[in-house]
Amino acid sequence: MEFLDFLQALFVTPFVMMWQNPEFLLEVVIGGLLTGVMYSLVALGFVLIYKASGVFNFAQGTMVLFAALTFVGLLEHGVPVWAAFILTALVMILLAFIIERLVLRPLVNQEPIILFMATIGLSYLLDGFGEIAWGGDVHALDIGIPKEPLVFGGVLVNEFDLCAAAICGVLVAALAVFFQKTSIGRALRAVADDHQAAQSVGIPLKTIWIIVWSVAGIVGLVAGILWGSNLGVQFSLSLVALKALPVLILGGLTSVPGAIVGGLIVGSGEKVAEVFWGPATGGAIEDWFAYALALVFLLFRPQGLFGERIIERV
Amino acid sequence: MSGGKRIGEPILEVRSISLSFGGVRALAEVSLEIRAHEVLAIIGPNGAGKTSMLNVINGFYHPQEGTITFKGRARQRMRPHEAAAQGIARTFQNVALFRGMTTLDNIMTGRLLKMRRNFLWQALHWGPALTEELEHRVFVERIIDFLEIEAIRKTPVGQLPYGLQKRVELGRALAMEPELLLLDEPMAGMNVEEKEDMSRFVLDVNDEFGTTIALIEHDMGVVMDISDRVVVLDYGRKIADGTPGDVRANADVIDAYLGVAHDA
Repeated sequence: MEFLDFLQALFVTPFVMMWQNPEFLLEVVIGGLLTGVMYSLVALGFVLIYKASGVFNFAQGTMVLFAALTFVGLLEHGVPVWAAFILTALVMILLAFIIERLVLRPLVNQEPIILFMATIGLSYLLDGFGEIAWGGDVHALDIGIPKEPLVFGGVLVNEFDLCAAAICGVLVAALAVFFQKTSIGRALRAVADDHQAAQSVGIPLKTIWIIVWSVAGIVGLVAGILWGSNLGVQFSLSLVALKALPVLILGGLTSVPGAIVGGLIVGSGEKVAEVFWGPATGGAIEDWFAYALALVFLLFRPQGLFGERIIERV
Repeated sequence: MSGGKRIGEPILEVRSISLSFGGVRALAEVSLEIRAHEVLAIIGPNGAGKTSMLNVINGFYHPQEGTITFKGRARQRMRPHEAAAQGIARTFQNVALFRGMTTLDNIMTGRLLKMRRNFLWQALHWGPALTEELEHRVFVERIIDFLEIEAIRKTPVGQLPYGLQKRVELGRALAMEPELLLLDEPMAGMNVEEKEDMSRFVLDVNDEFGTTIALIEHDMGVVMDISDRVVVLDYGRKIADGTPGDVRANADVIDAYLGVAHDA
């Protein structure tokens, strides 16, 4: 009997709930999409660096944390929000210079796995440095984004999520224009395709690397502020980056639209699974749903939704 | 097509260059010069150091010894993008194109160094940046006409056959308006017809724009036809330097190619 109950909770009840209360379903999906936007933002940082330098930057999550810590630290010292943002952005650009000089340049032309290991080291370094500089406490972060619940035609939406989504949207649009329309963008796509050829037409690799790492740092800062306002700025923030990994697998490592769509799918998928299937499995689906989905993708579509199909010619 | 008519002073001089990788000596005290407006062929058996020579000239490799003088400025090492900025363009032995981009975009990357407008203007796609972009587009369209690749302007280059990819790569180098053009086996893997086309383009570039060309090629027929001068490398050393006729008659060259026993 118990088994039948379980089957019912798995295959019948969720759909009955959805059918009976479509507004609630919509609410859950929208809530999930808005969280998903923030996953996208973290994933975007990975994609930018991977595309331009072929490095899988394990430290992206720590960069998010480090940026958020610096930002909140400056706020706590009485720096106004706009100044704190600009100062932190400058810190992230400085970090990009340092990383290029001390990590990327000495390791140029090494195997990708070696660069990957270097970014693991970088992530520990930033973690420790952040703790020394700003302490290990949880910092509350409030930059004045309203958090009132809003109701649109019977559907409840969190105002904060809506603002966060709008900010992400603007950022993504700006990046798209930057990469598609400017000569720096063209140079960057060239570097992503072929280092040697890019150098031969006069593109300085060094400058391009500094630009991408800076952009990734600033994207990380925005992600850190948004996540930090939601959860408080604390060291577990770098774990949010782990959620970006399934997003990348879904979207494809090399695709900016992939990172965005992947984030939206993971965000809404895990919320729907949690709310409707949570009772059947005793909850906590939200924690593993993204990874299970990523596994399925790895089995059937390893290049992700938008990634380049990898064909090795021998 | 043996030259002499408008060939000028050397624009590039390589002085006793030595280059090793660990214990492997790729180039040993090689000196050569490239004269303005000539077509110079660098030939030699496999592993003779021909590509290493090009890589030294455009800054991919930094020789341990020797100097390179380009347009009167001596240097021992130079980064590839600096070489590009000074007017050295090149193509690669195994086609190095930006595979995800179209033919047009690939050739446009050759104009990157010539673009002066601020990226904020470009992002707005408006004002001076738009005028500038259009000027470069006009230039690139002329190259596309010249190389007869109008039909593939919008095709991602990854989908093109090999011969056409080589042509696009030449186009990208031409877009840089180089003074010195380095071609690494421009005709490798081509059929006779494609080779004839490519030879014609190389000679036309040399004729019409006065571009100095240094090329590596294995097809001796092509080399003898299009070059003004030939340098022969073998085991990282220069063994001959002269007109195609001289080189063809040179005993060392014949030995190197026919495989007379070398002391290893």
